[in-house]
Amino acid sequence: MKILLVIGGMALATYIPRLLPALFLDRFRFPGWFRKWLQSIPYAALGALIFPGVLLVEKDQPLLGLAGGLMAFILSLLKLHITLVMAGSILIVILLQYLFF
Amino acid sequence: MEIKTPSPAIKSSSQLGHGIQAGLPIFLGYFPIAIAFGALAVQAQFNWMEAVLMSLIVFAGASQFVGVSMFLAGAGSAQIIAATFFLNMRHLIMSLAVNDQMRHFSGGWKGFLSFFITDETFALLTLGGGEARSDNRTPAYMAGLMITAYLGWVSGTAVGGLGAGFIPPEITTAMTVGLYGLFIGLLVPPARKSISYAVIALSSMILNWVLGMVVETGWAIVLATIFAAGLGIILIREDG
Repeated sequence: MKILLVIGGMALATYIPRLLPALFLDRFRFPGWFRKWLQSIPYAALGALIFPGVLLVEKDQPLLGLAGGLMAFILSLLKLHITLVMAGSILIVILLQYLFF
Repeated sequence: MEIKTPSPAIKSSSQLGHGIQAGLPIFLGYFPIAIAFGALAVQAQFNWMEAVLMSLIVFAGASQFVGVSMFLAGAGSAQIIAATFFLNMRHLIMSLAVNDQMRHFSGGWKGFLSFFITDETFALLTLGGGEARSDNRTPAYMAGLMITAYLGWVSGTAVGGLGAGFIPPEITTAMTVGLYGLFIGLLVPPARKSISYAVIALSSMILNWVLGMVVETGWAIVLATIFAAGLGIILIREDG
């Protein structure tokens, strides 16, 4: 019973923040500065999601996450498809784990 | 950006296909991590159906791991639900950006698709798709992308919960790095084209790192995003 209560409560706690903008965003006409802020959110959010989180993937081995992150960075500079960027960062981490950890 | 076509049905089914295709990297990234989640939930005395139910109606990776771990540690329901809420405040900010792209959708579509906003679907919907991005702002494309990601998460949970798949911890680590690879791969191309976007992203990284020493991770991400995106007000010249 407690499990179902927790699951139901978590469902509301995750859906409400996701839903709120859908309810009110188009009821207002936003000034130019707000539109620029909205437009900048993806870049800011991804920056914050990436760092320093990528270093903490394996708590005691920040270099592991760093290596995966650098590999993704290099591969995306080479303009590879996103799937290959992901695969490269996964493979380098597996390789390093196999060799050193 | 309205494009009238003689045959909307064909158009929307091809957009659905493009969305599914775009969502596949997330499906593959989620699947093994969801197996690990399903296995953890079963260890925490959930049965596999409860684990799957959680993935079906919560659909938030970090929160589910935290929730189940707290449950295992004996935390109260209210504590777990509150922790989930605060951890997911960042989705409020992400949902603003996604809903900005859904302005012309019906209320039902907006409410439905908003459920599927995660760090990864948000990242792909806002920065994925390259030059064709504006054509991708259709309900069919977004639904295809998001539901593909969702199915990866839910099916992986079932596999892990049933004990049908064992994912060694090293693989989970590597796959998690893969999701960071997704973020980096989406961020680098626009940041290369526009110094403003690069400055916003780098500032957000530094800000998040500093804030992370003072407040909890969930809040640090929210605050860093709000303030670093504020730089865009000064840096971006034209409205997009």
